[in-house]
Amino acid sequence: MRTIDYSIEPPVVEQNPSLSSINESIAKPLETKPTKGWYIAISISLTMLLIGAVSLGWTFYKGVGVWGVNQPVGWGFDIVNFVFWVGIGHAGTLISAILFLLRQRWRTSIARFAEAMTIFAVMCAGIFPAIHTGRPWLDGYLFPYPNQHALWVNFTSPLLWDVFAVSTYFTVSLVFWYIGLIPDLAALRDRTTNKIKKVVYSILSLGWRHSNRHWQHYEMAYLILAGFATPLVLSVHTIVSFDFAVSIMPGWHTTIFPPYFVAGAVFSGFAMVQNVLIIIRKVFKIEHIITLDTLEKMNKVMLATGMMVGYAYGMEFFIAWYSGNPIEQFVFLNRALGPYAWSYWIMVSCNVLFTQLFWFRKIRRSIPVMFVIAVLVNVGMWFERFVIVVTSLSRDYLPSSWGMYIPTIYDFGILIGSFGLFFTLIFLFIRTLPVVSIAEVKAVLPNSQPSHGGHN
Amino acid sequence: MENKPLYSVAATFDDVNKLIKAVDKVNEAGYTIYDVHSPYPIHGMPKAMKLKPSKLGFVTLIFGLSGAIFAFLFMYWVNVIDYPLIVGGKPFYQLPAYIPVMFEVTVLSASVFTIVWMLFIMFKFPNLSHPLLDTDYMKKVSVDRYGISIQAKDELFDLVKVKEFLKELGAEEVFEIYFKVDELKDKPKIFDKKFISFLALTTVIVSGITYFILNHLLFMSPFNWMHEQFRVDPQTTTTVFKDNFGMRNPVAGTVARGHLPYPFKGNPADAEKFLVNPLIPTKQVLELGKQKYLTFCSPCHGNFGEGDSRLRGQFPNPPTLHSDKLRNMKDGGIYHIITDGQNVMPSYASQITEEERWAIVHYIRVLQRSLNPKESDLR
Repeated sequence: MRTIDYSIEPPVVEQNPSLSSINESIAKPLETKPTKGWYIAISISLTMLLIGAVSLGWTFYKGVGVWGVNQPVGWGFDIVNFVFWVGIGHAGTLISAILFLLRQRWRTSIARFAEAMTIFAVMCAGIFPAIHTGRPWLDGYLFPYPNQHALWVNFTSPLLWDVFAVSTYFTVSLVFWYIGLIPDLAALRDRTTNKIKKVVYSILSLGWRHSNRHWQHYEMAYLILAGFATPLVLSVHTIVSFDFAVSIMPGWHTTIFPPYFVAGAVFSGFAMVQNVLIIIRKVFKIEHIITLDTLEKMNKVMLATGMMVGYAYGMEFFIAWYSGNPIEQFVFLNRALGPYAWSYWIMVSCNVLFTQLFWFRKIRRSIPVMFVIAVLVNVGMWFERFVIVVTSLSRDYLPSSWGMYIPTIYDFGILIGSFGLFFTLIFLFIRTLPVVSIAEVKAVLPNSQPSHGGHN
Repeated sequence: MENKPLYSVAATFDDVNKLIKAVDKVNEAGYTIYDVHSPYPIHGMPKAMKLKPSKLGFVTLIFGLSGAIFAFLFMYWVNVIDYPLIVGGKPFYQLPAYIPVMFEVTVLSASVFTIVWMLFIMFKFPNLSHPLLDTDYMKKVSVDRYGISIQAKDELFDLVKVKEFLKELGAEEVFEIYFKVDELKDKPKIFDKKFISFLALTTVIVSGITYFILNHLLFMSPFNWMHEQFRVDPQTTTTVFKDNFGMRNPVAGTVARGHLPYPFKGNPADAEKFLVNPLIPTKQVLELGKQKYLTFCSPCHGNFGEGDSRLRGQFPNPPTLHSDKLRNMKDGGIYHIITDGQNVMPSYASQITEEERWAIVHYIRVLQRSLNPKESDLR
């Protein structure tokens, strides 16, 4: 058996690149003409976005009646997609904030990208609660502002907490992302020869001058933001789960929901980050910066969170039996054996069974296999939300008011459109901003920090 | 170059350990107004530069706490004082349900204000005209060099000496950095008149647009779709019916609720025989009867039913209500007279409802008893 010396931390970046080569390799995609592959990719994603826009336009024109929602299943794809996308967003903050506080240095090479993904995923998520109200042009009433009706929002409703949680999460993620971008934008400003780019980078970098009098406060600010983002990210999916858990719907009214949702969010978020990073590191030839070691660590996180999710699935059944509540018991049997059993078993196999393959080091380090598993994880996590939302609503207390939910093409169109929006934003991001934090990667290179003998 | 004032002398170093040693020497030599530039934060540099620990945390604390307190007081004011509304039978003041929003507002205000304070108040950003920007020195320290820049403002500053001093420390290159007079501003840029007026203009435009959207646009077509519905409004035409009238006549023989036709028209004898007063003379009924009597009956019959018309002879005076005939008439008979009219008196059926007519009958009985009390009333 091979032995690994765990007392030595492996270098975050391979091949020991020089400081200037970091600038080169990260700024390269911003300075070269896009490749054919990029044009093909963005045209596909724009087409998807267009499909979504058409479906959404038709929804606005005719009303939400064109969707598959009905009585009793009043929440369909809209809420499933919302919870799915908010979950995707969680990986970014987890990587940038929680792993920062835990001093996991391998996060530096993927943090920027994961944060950008968070912002784009929350944007996708934000669409759904806005459109599921039916008349989205009245969504201003979701916020407490002094209006002509002298009405106030209901501060004790989980749906209102959701408005606050998601908008706070978006704002803080955006600030966190931007504050990390400032030094890199300054580096790009000092590097570019293009006049227009120079003006844009100058304005965006606000006149940052790499001063150590600034770095000192900057690091403090980063620490404070990480400290706030950590409970924030846990609170957001907790509050999303309150949308369900605070109700009295069987299958929703459980206390395991907050931790279960947070674990699931991290799980799906890591899968999405891993998927996109595999493509990016290949296309931009930055495999030495986003290393296989980093990907392996992400797979380990997915294995851990996947097992938490699997534990939650089991625990829900146990509690349903242990509670002695026949309605609760029926709901869970109905999930596994009822008309939507296929979605339940897709969820279980994708989330719990396939991820067990990550116990093997070979699979953790095989790029094609981990890519496929991560795609399956995202499919499984999407179906998890589908199972939670649809099975509970379709068969609750009264058999006389049971009903089936069948999504229409507009539901699928909007789902496709949200993926289109997400990938379009990603493709634009990788051409316009540094996908890896230049300053942070430089700070973790070997020999970049003073040796302890010289000064203390 | 010569007519521009000198900002600083800057030197670049190629190794981070050399830089730390050089910073120590700069400190030892007694320079205070200097800065160190590096492409990334260097561990131990604040200590080497003898910087005080960052006080940014206090800003966060103050704004975070204010956010929490504001959110709590606001929700309390809304739920308990301004708009008390019972939801789910819960009390108006319910702290546990306030906590999620309080938490979110705390995080939002703490993190946003920390960054705003740091960038705009502490760093005096945005500052695109700093003398160091766009120099060769800056272009080096933003990539792979470390720099020290000693400012001309320093008390010990002497151009020749500083240049030699930096070279002795092992500097790779030494730069002289000049600035245009207007480049160096110490006031935070966000208090600039230009910026403030830009902000004011933005505020006016944004609030104007918001006002227009919320109060006007939302009530314009096509956003008022709830007003445009597939239904026939009164006074409009329709193609559903042959005659194109949107409003329809009721089916022949339709009787509206409470408007059954009066069966004893022109038949006072039967009315007196068959009609029975459905009301009992309670206080409310008598109050109602009194009010209706004074309104409809008293102009001719007088306030006390004595036939003393207030019309001063323009109509023939009606007989007194205290006559034996009327005192002995059954309730149904009086009701019939009100409903159907008698002699000159017209029907009051369209002005007075059935219930009110019976109440008036009770009140007339009260008036009659007041002038001709029974034996038992005197006891």
